[in-house]
Amino acid sequence: MIRPDAPVLLEIKDLHARVEDKAILKGVNLTVRAGEIHAVMGRNGSGKSTLSKVLAGHPAYTVTAGVVTYRGQDLLALDPELRARIGVFLGFQYPVEIPGVSNLEFLRVATNARRAEQGAEELDTFAFEDLVRERLKVVQMDPAFLDRSVNEGFSGGEKKRNEILQMALLEPLVAILDETDSGLDIDALRIVAGGVNQLANADNATVLITHYQRLLDAITPDYVHVMAAGRILRTGGKELALDLEERGYDWVDQELAAQAPVPLEVA
Amino acid sequence: MAASLTAPMALADWTRQWLNGLPVADGPLAAVQQRGREALAELPVPSSRQEDWRFTDLGLLAGLDATLACSPSDAGLPPAAPGVLRLVLDGRSDPLAGVVLPAGLAPLSDSELAQALGHTLAATACEHHWPVELNHAAAQQVLALRVASRSCLTLELVSMQAAGLLPLRVLLVLEEKAELELCQFAGAGGAGLTSLVLEAHLGRGARLTHGVVALGRNDAALLAHLAIEQEPESSATLATVAAGWGLARFEPRIRQVDGSASTTLRGLQVVDHRQVADTHSHISFSGPEGQLDQLHKAVAAGQGRSVFNGAVRVPREAQRTNAAQLSRTLLLSDRARIDTKPELEIVADDVKCAHGATVSCLQTDELFYLQSRGIAADQASALLKRAFCEEVLRDLPGAARQWCRFEHLLASV
Ligand SMILES: Nc1ncnc2c1ncn2[C@@H]1O[C@H](COP(=O)(O)OP(=O)(O)O)[C@@H](O)[C@H]1O
Ligand SMILES: [Mg+2]
Repeated sequence: MIRPDAPVLLEIKDLHARVEDKAILKGVNLTVRAGEIHAVMGRNGSGKSTLSKVLAGHPAYTVTAGVVTYRGQDLLALDPELRARIGVFLGFQYPVEIPGVSNLEFLRVATNARRAEQGAEELDTFAFEDLVRERLKVVQMDPAFLDRSVNEGFSGGEKKRNEILQMALLEPLVAILDETDSGLDIDALRIVAGGVNQLANADNATVLITHYQRLLDAITPDYVHVMAAGRILRTGGKELALDLEERGYDWVDQELAAQAPVPLEVA
Repeated sequence: MAASLTAPMALADWTRQWLNGLPVADGPLAAVQQRGREALAELPVPSSRQEDWRFTDLGLLAGLDATLACSPSDAGLPPAAPGVLRLVLDGRSDPLAGVVLPAGLAPLSDSELAQALGHTLAATACEHHWPVELNHAAAQQVLALRVASRSCLTLELVSMQAAGLLPLRVLLVLEEKAELELCQFAGAGGAGLTSLVLEAHLGRGARLTHGVVALGRNDAALLAHLAIEQEPESSATLATVAAGWGLARFEPRIRQVDGSASTTLRGLQVVDHRQVADTHSHISFSGPEGQLDQLHKAVAAGQGRSVFNGAVRVPREAQRTNAAQLSRTLLLSDRARIDTKPELEIVADDVKCAHGATVSCLQTDELFYLQSRGIAADQASALLKRAFCEEVLRDLPGAARQWCRFEHLLASV
């Protein structure tokens, strides 16, 4: 839902980032207001996951220029755990398996870390079980997954549901969901999309990174951005996604070629 | 280089001095003491020139009081659960004095003791190992118990070593289909050496679950030989956890006398500072259809050194043996050292023997995943370290699990 007067939650200005010696993000600009749903599309390798990881604070990526402001605060100055606690959530393209760490305990520690930041009381194991059982419904997940190790041996779809379960517990203000639709069958896609729709409200915002129109059939974006070579090349409404579905990404290459070459970065 | 040459000499001096200071051989073990002392006077002290001691320097011992320890009895453990017998081993007094044993548990008679003592050490070919002879030379007491056929018991053994040497000798005979859960705690309250020699004979269909929790200190050492002989259809689970020792050496020695038994070994050793922990396990199958499930884990931090050597012997008569051995090390410092080696000797042709060894650090992606959910970096790494240890800790029996709080284990790491 677009409201021009809604508060800006996330503002990315001219963001450049590299991994090792390789420049990947080359000037990303994006403004996200409360209530909005953004879709970021683009070919494999265009830098979508890199953008999401930079926002979450992954140590492998170095920001070389630009500013990211989250609710007026310099996001890039914060450790990853602080970003999460103040309401930035990254749904991983490849959720990590952590053998030996119980999913239930992980979810509880994470939820309490976020609650502490919000000044809410800590939930003991019993109170937390009640909460988690209620939130499991958002993704129609079997409680048996709570007793397993974090993501260990989960199928692709189960991992993605576990991501949305975490989102349901942490109640972020900005959720960046990286290819949450990939590897899902139709039913799982419907459940995951249903969960995201349920959690979206006028006070928070969602950034969906995706390849496919099919997710956007289930979750209607307010904006669609096309990413190429580390930048957002074009922004439009939901019809842009339909356009991409029809025409493919070839025009992106032509558009890139027509532009002045991106200056080489000085290391 | 000088240090490695002087260390064995210092140890030989210490051994001589210590032998000279021992009281006259006496008591039920007098003959064993006498033989042990004579053997020790002849045996070369362990040094890096011996394959079995290549990576493990016993230099720490040379700095200890060459006396017998007078150990404090209180290990600071919570009391035993109602109905569970706890025996305190102080190396001097008779651990059974004034104790009423539960039905199904009885001390061995003198003649039974004479027959059984040393039998399993010989069967597992370690009766002349230096640490065993050291124990022979010093031990004044032996806790020798028989678990009657078909009875099912739980027992706790607790020791707390002070300065000097604390010799502990245990002999267990499990009759046919007897079951024993044995929780053992070995603590250190001073700069000393705990010398543990345990023998267990498992009759047909018997079941032993032995958990050892050994929490030491930088100036203390532990040398433990845990020898188990298994008759067919018996099952032995041995879980050892050691942390904090300047030097800890475990030698589980298992022999399945006629195969067809099942052995589960779990080991966790944690080293930090300049600590050394070494596990040399030795399993031999002297008959067909034996099973082994072995997992050894190590956490190495600081300038610690972790050694694992896992020998598995599968001779021709041990057809259809099914053995799996895995060694996993979590490396927390680039100055820590790890030496791990499987030593499989397989002659039988129809066997399954899997083995593997891994060394890894804390995974950046795992840490980041936890952090990205609001979990602080130090808490995230504690969770991952605990997860690593948990795989062994969860196999500790009853009370031992409680003694081994993860917080103590990794307090410094
Ligand atoms: N950790 C990394 N190490 C090396 N190269 C990386 C790393 N992460 C991303 N890249 C490279 O950056 C480019 C963009 O990758 P990515 O952000 O994953 O794209 P997308 O998510 O759009 O498919 C790719 O060329 C990829 O190989
Ligand atoms: Mg990606």
